[in-house]
Amino acid sequence: MKNILSEVENNGESQSPVVQEEAAISMHDMTKEFGSMVAVNHIDLEIKKGELFGLLGANGAGKSTIIKMLTTMLKPTNGVARVWGHDVVRERNEVRSSIGVVFQDPAIDGMLTGRENLDFHGRMYGMDGPLRRERIDEVLRLVDLSDKADIKMEDYSGGMQRRLEIARGLMHYPHVLFLDEPTLGLDAQTRRYLWQYIHNMNREKGVTIVLTTHYMEEADALCDRVAIIDNGKIVALDTPENLKDMIGSDSVSLEVQSGAEALIQSLQGFSWIKSATAVNGTVELKVDHAQQRIPEIMQEANKCSAVITSVGLHKPTLEDVFLKYTGRKIREAGGSAGPFAMFHRRKR
Amino acid sequence: MKQDLYAIYSIWLREMLRFFRLKSRVFGSIAMPFFFLAFMSVGFGGGTSMPGISSGVGYVSFLTPGIIGMTLLFSATFAGLSVLWDREFGFLKEIMVAPVSRIAIVLGRTAGGLTTGILQAVIILASGILMGMAVPSLSGFLLSLVFMVLIAATFIGLGLAFASKMKDMSGFSLIMNFLIFPLFFLSGALYPLDRFPDTVRYLAYLNPLTYGVDGLRYSLIGTNAISPIADLAVLAVSCVVMLFLGAYLFENTEVK
Repeated sequence: MKNILSEVENNGESQSPVVQEEAAISMHDMTKEFGSMVAVNHIDLEIKKGELFGLLGANGAGKSTIIKMLTTMLKPTNGVARVWGHDVVRERNEVRSSIGVVFQDPAIDGMLTGRENLDFHGRMYGMDGPLRRERIDEVLRLVDLSDKADIKMEDYSGGMQRRLEIARGLMHYPHVLFLDEPTLGLDAQTRRYLWQYIHNMNREKGVTIVLTTHYMEEADALCDRVAIIDNGKIVALDTPENLKDMIGSDSVSLEVQSGAEALIQSLQGFSWIKSATAVNGTVELKVDHAQQRIPEIMQEANKCSAVITSVGLHKPTLEDVFLKYTGRKIREAGGSAGPFAMFHRRKR
Repeated sequence: MKQDLYAIYSIWLREMLRFFRLKSRVFGSIAMPFFFLAFMSVGFGGGTSMPGISSGVGYVSFLTPGIIGMTLLFSATFAGLSVLWDREFGFLKEIMVAPVSRIAIVLGRTAGGLTTGILQAVIILASGILMGMAVPSLSGFLLSLVFMVLIAATFIGLGLAFASKMKDMSGFSLIMNFLIFPLFFLSGALYPLDRFPDTVRYLAYLNPLTYGVDGLRYSLIGTNAISPIADLAVLAVSCVVMLFLGAYLFENTEVK
């Protein structure tokens, strides 16, 4: 009876174009409390279809709780959220059919092989034998694990487990893929490889992707838009470029052996120099698009015979943005962030 | 609907793969009831009758249905509690996020627990026969399978109910010592019910396993303390109630 009802609802929805929503995910006033602790604090957020969206924050900021509410694993204390047009509390099965999830901690059966884990997944999503085999081969190739498919997963490395989990999340062609700290505890090479892969999934297959991370580089390199989460609230939301632009100009530091004064005077004549100061023989310049201006700065130094021994360039990073909005660095903010975080991942 | 059937099969298949892949688990789970059966029947003299047991029934014959009940109690409760392992190792999230009804998940687990439980119970039955138990008739054996299914389903539901309410495995030994062992000792598995003092006997009548063991004795060796129809009725009710309770609590469990 329940099933029949929800089918009727579904048909109604697909026939009426009014209900057709542009947003892949919309959250309104979402709140989750654990006892007296407020993990997620009245969040409003819309994520567009086809977007690669990042939730950036320290451990314990509330990112995973947001993901768990959107994936029907936790019931929100307050507020409403829709994923691919379906309410996360009242239409849990419809939400579940629309999404793929890679959780922060491994969710694999280590006693089964990679292929058996995928086979289990395929059946749970209602795929018949031929379709399952086809998709298993396809996703195994995508994550380059075809030759490891018949090894028990407890013998996989952390990176291999992660790749297989991502493959599994994609196996049923979800509309929205949630990745909770997809590269936590992985080495730099595997991380870059996964970034490439996530990027391709989004651009080529058009999968809407929501990922959480506490790695600034990851949010910067991958995401179309980033929301910075702190204490269960969104404190900033924009493209990585715009967020960094809010911090201001690039800075160039020149170590000058002689002629610093003359150099500063002549540089101050240019409109693109925002400020120029000398501190202990180092000239600090604030410049927009600094990498394009460095040759001009060098020419100017030659003209006024200043001798430069080294040049440093610092562009604002998301770390600076995070620092500005939360008042601390992300490594300080999180409990188990940093090099020890890998021990957090449990192996079966 | 089709998807739910796939899910039930998928969860059952996983239980089978896990069970047979871990040889130590197969032997480990059968070892305790086997030793109980072997040492108790040797100690009390397998062939001789005991006071309170109807004459002509050797202790091995009397004990084997009791130990089958024990095997089912342990394996079924563990099968229900295995949700805790999945919670601990993260796999529960993979199951819970799938678009299948929670009832299908419960049924898949129940099917898995029933299969492994009854398999072990039959091994114990064969061991009992090798140790001198009278060979049951075919119809008796088939009837005993019905009782085995009802016993196993009851305690899978119980295990599931506990697992849904527990956050981690820390309460496991409590359940072991204060639930499973008392249920076992209070079931009349080791000696006749009328050996208990009155108050204890009334407690035993609250225990579903009492009716299960009695039903098994009726079907396998032809003696009983309670009417077999009553055994069947009580077990059927407890089985439905426990499975619904387990399914209800599991449905409302959150995965952190």
